[in-house]
Amino acid sequence: MATHAATDHHHADHHDDHDHKPQGFMNRWVFTTNHKDIGTLYLVFAFIMFCIGGAMSGVIRAELMSPGLQFVEPYFFNQMTTVHALVMIFGGVMPAFVGLGNWMIPLQIGAPDMALPRMNNWSFWIMPFAFTVLLCTLFLPGGAPAGGWTLYPPLSLQGGSSVAFAIFAIHMMGISSIMGAINIIATILNMRAPGMDLLKMPLFVWTWLITAFLLIAVMPVLAGAVTMLLTDKFFGTSFFNAAGGGDPVMFQHIFWFFGHPEVYIMILPAFGVVSEIIPTFARKPLFGYQAMVYATASIAFLSFIVWAHHMFTVGMPLGGELFFMYATMMIAVPTGVKVFNWVSTMWKGSMTFETPMLWAIGFVILFTIGGFSGLMLAIVPADFQYHDTYFVVAHFHYVLVTGALFSIIAAVYFWWPKWTGKMYSEKWGKFHFWWTIVFVNLLFFPQHFLGLAGMPRRIPDYNVAFADWNMVSSIGAFGMLCTPVFMFLILWHSKKHGKTATAEVWEGAHGLEWTVPSPAPHHTFTEPPVIKASMLAHGDPTH
Amino acid sequence: MMRPNFYLLAKKGWMIALGFFAFGFALIPLYNIACEHVLGIKLEQGAVDGDAAAAMTVDESRLVTVQFVTNTKSKLPWEFSAEKTSMQVHPGALSEAWFDATNVSQRDIVGNAVPSVAPNSASLYFNKTECFCFTEQLLKAGETRRMPVRFVVDPRLPKDISTLTLAYTFLENDIATKKLAESNQAAAPAS
Ligand code: HEM
Ligand SMILES: [Cu+2]
Repeated sequence: MATHAATDHHHADHHDDHDHKPQGFMNRWVFTTNHKDIGTLYLVFAFIMFCIGGAMSGVIRAELMSPGLQFVEPYFFNQMTTVHALVMIFGGVMPAFVGLGNWMIPLQIGAPDMALPRMNNWSFWIMPFAFTVLLCTLFLPGGAPAGGWTLYPPLSLQGGSSVAFAIFAIHMMGISSIMGAINIIATILNMRAPGMDLLKMPLFVWTWLITAFLLIAVMPVLAGAVTMLLTDKFFGTSFFNAAGGGDPVMFQHIFWFFGHPEVYIMILPAFGVVSEIIPTFARKPLFGYQAMVYATASIAFLSFIVWAHHMFTVGMPLGGELFFMYATMMIAVPTGVKVFNWVSTMWKGSMTFETPMLWAIGFVILFTIGGFSGLMLAIVPADFQYHDTYFVVAHFHYVLVTGALFSIIAAVYFWWPKWTGKMYSEKWGKFHFWWTIVFVNLLFFPQHFLGLAGMPRRIPDYNVAFADWNMVSSIGAFGMLCTPVFMFLILWHSKKHGKTATAEVWEGAHGLEWTVPSPAPHHTFTEPPVIKASMLAHGDPTH
Repeated sequence: MMRPNFYLLAKKGWMIALGFFAFGFALIPLYNIACEHVLGIKLEQGAVDGDAAAAMTVDESRLVTVQFVTNTKSKLPWEFSAEKTSMQVHPGALSEAWFDATNVSQRDIVGNAVPSVAPNSASLYFNKTECFCFTEQLLKAGETRRMPVRFVVDPRLPKDISTLTLAYTFLENDIATKKLAESNQAAAPAS
């Protein structure tokens, strides 16, 4: 299934640079069609968005540090919770994974570039515009959307013109994600080097392939839901308007049909990253490779039939509550298979604990805590108590921050030497990790207690009974706000003064990406590589 | 080997995406179908045929309590109540309940009432032959209206259900109210 097409195309544009990098800022970055440059753009963009979203969470935690209203108006507080979530999900986590996919998928399957390089350029460059539109609503009269990231009507439609801006921004993000997903599917299905069979692909590639299908299936459903909101607000339709014969609960059903697969869009690539890192530093092949593939596929399938666990309290027949409860609990089975396999991979391995491995182990432990609180939420009668409390906030931050975000950080440390040719400082990388472990748990663990005690989510003020744990949580938040600075300084220092990395980077690392020099040249695998089983992490299909 | 036609592939991807976009809209009828045929909840479909209702045999041996609950959305300046909050009916017998609504504001408002039956497994057996919720209600500033609901409980109502609750929520119909205000304004200079 190899292709020589990309070789032809770059014979046409010659440069003196031995690396064939386009010259000048515009050509290099704005018009780029190179998967590595686009990957870098995505990652830089995601980093900026994490900082912006982080600043918003700083406002939230500052206000919640003690009871009463201290710093901001309640309406502005609600804008912060809403935009924080939208920025982190659509601007941070998702683009970061697309960036990692862009960089690593062609390198891991021996392809010269992505299948549709120009569409790749488009899908990145839509993002800055989408987020300019979303973020500029903060400065409009009436402010940004404040009805929560889930945009439930009728509340979300009571804002000002920001609704139209937010919906337009969501449409753009959706188009970008769909283009990214199509590109990844086309690349993985058609551009693998000869000998890179589907069941020899690295797990990061597998998880991305499945994620891309999820994206194509659900981003358009979100687009449909927000389009209906838009016409309800501006064009007199009544999809969700009860007075006109519509049903506001219908929105929740459609939204969560998107929303639950969306949470797996944010975690499946993370599973892939961790499945690359743990075998590398345990110096053992991944335990149960095929089980991992099938577990990923079953999680993806199940994610389509559990959406109503977000709606247990809005009113459903008993049969519906039971179905969604058991279906949701069933997801814990393939997820448990994954955790078991990661632990078994480490079992009796000759482990070393370089920075990426620390983040990956942190992921396994803390993500599992998030999975457990998810199981608690899946129990219908219990959810009647937990729903819309801080317990839910604790749950999704364990799976998203110590899950998705940890894996992104792990991936950056893991592949950074391949990208730049420079090692980072292990000492400071480990400092970054341990600092984060302390503060992230201070930040989110007490939120379980707050939720169980009955503190509602999305409120700027609360009963004094909740004061102590909120103070602890806010201290954790301020510690966490330092971490992007650490990461930036560590990577900056590495780029300027880091030791030169070898091609292999990590002792005994397997996978095609470790066979090209570090830093990876601008064009790689212009001739498809000859693949030997020993080069691959899963070269032996009997594993 | 030939380069696979990526443009065709991209097109396929977009077609799938478009299909799912349409599917998002199709979810509305799909949910409604699922509601009725899988979960056995009757969604509001207007009046049942009066003759069919009259043809039901009255089950004199059984009495069912029907309770009435009335709500208005906070933004609607109406007072809305049931004249009797509960009544006892024989399944199969055509019964009648009266409701009162007053517009306590200074402007004319169009409202719509949304009905709901609890427990929802009983909704299949609750038939209305006449209801103010079937149409828009226009109440002029200060106006009061008495409104009837005629209904019959299907004798096949499961034996374990002895109490039904019929709840109405009145909401302001923003679009119709706005149209009304506009036509009032247009009419004003002429008169
Ligand atoms: C074993 C796996 C999981 C189970 C059983 C589970 C279950 C649940 C349930 C029942 C809720 C609804 C709680 C409520 O609103 O009352 C919920 C909320 C949520 N979950 Fe999970 N979950 C799981 C994994 C995940 C993962 C992997 C992610 C993301 C990476 C995630 C992200 C979220 C988010 C973002 C919400 C809150 C959405 C909102 O209301 O804003 N969950 N989960
Ligand atoms: Cu969910």
